[in-house]
Amino acid sequence: MWCSVEPGAALPTPLCPLQAPPFPPHLHGSPQAQPWRMRGGGRARNGGGPIMAAGGRSWFGALALGVSFLKCLLIPTYHSTDFEVHRNWLAITHNLPLSQWYYEATSEWTLDYPPFFAWFEYALSHIAKYFDPKMLVIENLNYSSHATIFFQRFSVIFTDILFIYAVHECCRCVNGKRSAKDILEKPTFILAVLLLWNFGLLIVDHIHFQYNGFLFGLMLLSVARLCQKRHLEGALLFAILLHFKHIYVYVAPAYGIYLLRSYCFTANNADGSLKWRSFSFLHVILLALIVCLVSALSLGPFIVLGQLPQVISRLFPFKRGLCHAYWAPNFWALYNAADKALTVVGLKYNFLDPNKIPKASMTGGLVQEFQHAVLPSVTPLATLICTFVSILPSVFCLWFKPQGPRGFLQCLVLCALSSFMFGWHVHEKAILLAILPLSLLSVQRAKDAGIYLILTTTGHFSLFPLLFTAPELPIKILLMLLFTVYSFSSLKSLFRRERPLLNWLETIYLVQLVPLEIFCEIIFPLTSWKLQLPFVPLLLTSVYCALGVTYAWLKLYISVLTEHVSVRQKAE
Amino acid sequence: MNPDSVIAMFLVFFFFQVPLGFLQRPAMEKWSLMTVTVLLALTVRWTVSLSSYSGAGKPPMYGDYEAQRHWQEVTYNLPIRQWYFNTSDNNLLYWGLDYPPLTAYHSFLCAYIAKLINPDWIALHTSRGYESQPHKLFMRTTVFVADLLIYIPAVILYCCSLKETSTKKQVSSALCILLYPGLILIDHGHFQYNSVSLGFALWGVLWLSYDWDLLGSVAFCLALNYKQMELYHSLPFFCYLLGKCFKKGLKGKGLVLLTKIAGTVVASFAVCWLPFCTDVEQMMQVLRRLFPIDRGLFEDKVANIWCSLSVLIKIKNVVSPQTQLKLSFAVTFLSLLPTCIKLTVQPSLRGFKLALVSCALSFFLFSFQVHEKSILLVSVPVCLILNEIPFMAMWFLLVSTFSMLPLLLKDGLMLAYTVTMLAFLLACVASFSIFEKTSVEDLQLKPFSLFLKRYVSWFKSFPRIVRSLFLLSVTLMGVLSLMSATVRPPQRLPDLFPVSVSSISCLHFLFFLAYFNIIILWDSKNSRSQKKVS
Repeated sequence: MWCSVEPGAALPTPLCPLQAPPFPPHLHGSPQAQPWRMRGGGRARNGGGPIMAAGGRSWFGALALGVSFLKCLLIPTYHSTDFEVHRNWLAITHNLPLSQWYYEATSEWTLDYPPFFAWFEYALSHIAKYFDPKMLVIENLNYSSHATIFFQRFSVIFTDILFIYAVHECCRCVNGKRSAKDILEKPTFILAVLLLWNFGLLIVDHIHFQYNGFLFGLMLLSVARLCQKRHLEGALLFAILLHFKHIYVYVAPAYGIYLLRSYCFTANNADGSLKWRSFSFLHVILLALIVCLVSALSLGPFIVLGQLPQVISRLFPFKRGLCHAYWAPNFWALYNAADKALTVVGLKYNFLDPNKIPKASMTGGLVQEFQHAVLPSVTPLATLICTFVSILPSVFCLWFKPQGPRGFLQCLVLCALSSFMFGWHVHEKAILLAILPLSLLSVQRAKDAGIYLILTTTGHFSLFPLLFTAPELPIKILLMLLFTVYSFSSLKSLFRRERPLLNWLETIYLVQLVPLEIFCEIIFPLTSWKLQLPFVPLLLTSVYCALGVTYAWLKLYISVLTEHVSVRQKAE
Repeated sequence: MNPDSVIAMFLVFFFFQVPLGFLQRPAMEKWSLMTVTVLLALTVRWTVSLSSYSGAGKPPMYGDYEAQRHWQEVTYNLPIRQWYFNTSDNNLLYWGLDYPPLTAYHSFLCAYIAKLINPDWIALHTSRGYESQPHKLFMRTTVFVADLLIYIPAVILYCCSLKETSTKKQVSSALCILLYPGLILIDHGHFQYNSVSLGFALWGVLWLSYDWDLLGSVAFCLALNYKQMELYHSLPFFCYLLGKCFKKGLKGKGLVLLTKIAGTVVASFAVCWLPFCTDVEQMMQVLRRLFPIDRGLFEDKVANIWCSLSVLIKIKNVVSPQTQLKLSFAVTFLSLLPTCIKLTVQPSLRGFKLALVSCALSFFLFSFQVHEKSILLVSVPVCLILNEIPFMAMWFLLVSTFSMLPLLLKDGLMLAYTVTMLAFLLACVASFSIFEKTSVEDLQLKPFSLFLKRYVSWFKSFPRIVRSLFLLSVTLMGVLSLMSATVRPPQRLPDLFPVSVSSISCLHFLFFLAYFNIIILWDSKNSRSQKKVS
């Protein structure tokens, strides 16, 4: 339960009187009892050492250190072209003046993240020169000496400290079950494992190579700050985050509406509706100031140089296709698959003229454009509209029935999922944007836990094609099993007094992932189809996972919307 | 059963065999915790196996990896009668087979699979020094599978059979044992199949603890026939079983049991050696290959007493090889004697485990022709007492891994070494309150301290002393590891770091030998005094 909505919690900021506890009472019992006392009881068994944080949270240090060791062990694994991308950015920011950063195009991997990330690479490059100065030469394409690998891998591991801190803060926002004596059954412990040992983050950051860890750290930290009613800090962190990586703009509606509703309006009517007169100009100005300052700091130099259009064109490359090289498991994967199926059927029964079919191979890996044969082609504008429309209900929900941080998180997850479902050129990695915040909800309500299990399992499974090399096959399977077995058993034991988390249909669906994996990775390469239809495993994986993701999205949406109705009825 | 638990089971069953012990217990919690533990251990093993192996890219002799590959080549291509003989096709000087028959059969089995994948890997003569990424993957997989099938189930079942401990303690013991860095680094990094022989020995201990003496003997015979180094464990097995027979009375049930055990041992040996039994010359040749007496007292820098002494006196030059043999035999025998007598007279499971530790340690310290990797034979029994004496066991396990540092450095496993050591330390500290368990009682030294009380009175500050000794030792190991990896030794003393590593480890081992002997010998007084109290 979110501490900040607890009545009786003595909070430093008396600005937020919207205190209608929106929780179904059967889940949490009386909310009066010691909302902030989640640290009581359950002292970890060991006596603590220097690594241990105060307050009997030694297990947190152990979990964080343990996963850091695992990350170190992953250093010699395969790394993708993203490794070269970041090496190139190190070189660009180190050698060129600011005015050249967004123009340099020696490598095909040009700088396409916002300026703060470029500054981040700039800072890193000043440490990198002590490891191996050759990695900072722009022309040294695909340079990967041992020192380079060590430096880049360790830079990810060390910046993850921010993520660890953010998880720590998030855990403080979750109220412990008062009865749980066993440390392994405390929601805070489970949440820490689900976040710190997240399978997707591990393989994307520490095998595939990216810097998502500290970025998600910023996001979770801002979420934690909002939950702790430190709104300005949360807004500041999110503004900074946006200028690190602009993909987080997908969840900006949730932030905007939440801050407007809960921070700019300081009071509610008795029935929970908005009290228009409580509007606080001071708060709006503060928020605007923060956003403008951060933006000025980030984009200001480029505006002065008159390079803003160039920066924007680098950040939003609409020339890329509807789907990423691997189809992300979203609505468009289903759409494309339907188109393909219709084409095959049409050709077989002569509804279609074979000469009019565009000859585009589907997911060869480098294909950027996909031409539809039967269904109408999709334009970026169409996806934008779809995304907008799909986000709207959740935003409305946040506005008209504010539920404090809980409602904010639900809206955040829905925004992330909706844009994942309908966005243009979505990467399959973007699913993490929904999975990580949903972890926070999953340890608090059985319903969310069920959705979480479906979404994580399918979402993580859809990341499998990222690692296609043989030595990494056991790693991804082992880590996936590790995470899946843990999340299932821990959430099950957490909610063991309630109904089963999944029904039989969902169970069957998830179990089918195992034969699918066996077919895609083991049986298919041995068959003769491998040469004729190389895209079949990717297609199967993404379409099958798309079903699960869509289902989870719908289920979450329905649960949020219906909850909204029931609470309103109660209010009436 | 809930649907989600069905999923978890399905996921696991599709990829792994799960020891049946899990299913007999109703507690789902324990089942999933153990699964998570095993998965974690497997992940660590596989990530370590991504690093380099012994002798990678170092012609002409390469290393243990090439030795194992060569054995596959030899066993697959040559008739069984030539395996241990020097022939035109089998140059024994180039990694000749010098392990017992089971190893050879295992190599043959692996070679059979290798042949299906790529015949070049085991082609006679031409495949020498074959190295490639797919081949490395194949070899690593064979070790991984062997570990998964033999060693890990034994550890899990052993931990599940621990009595008077909570589920959480059992799981954390399993986690710590499975994360023991020494075995992971040698098997999955350096490249050997120690987990097979050690796993069989563990199965032996496990079955003896269930009172299934015959099965236990079979398992131990398999271990012995996989690696002759398992002889280090043979005396405790022998003494324990003999003591058990004595206890039952040598004229009645005891004699029957003894006959049965003897019959089982002979039969399992006969089965293992069947192809070589046709000819006495064959057997003699195998034995000559297994026990090469002419190789000298010790090789390389090993942390035993002879190597450490030779820093002061060059034993190898002073004493003749025959005398060396006799000397080492005599010293080993003397150091083994008390433990073995004690175990025979008072056979108990606890005493048996401790005797495994102390006998193996005596062998390691004093016997002839010891390899640095043989310390694993001590470490695995130490793992078995990890939940009883966590502090000492963890300390020993750290030192044992440290003693192999020069070898691991040579193989380029420094990163894996550092990380697995720290992870193991973390796992132990997090699951057993290591630093609170340094009192006299926790170290099981109560009887000994009562015995000494008449003479000394410093036992009050004992926990503090032990703790500071431990911290000193860990610091020393850390500093030395760091220096070995980074600092270039002075030109006059090129072996400075390996020698100091082995001497320091040897000192530790002597200390541990004394400690374990004290526990074993003062054990009965403990029970007697308890009886008196009650």
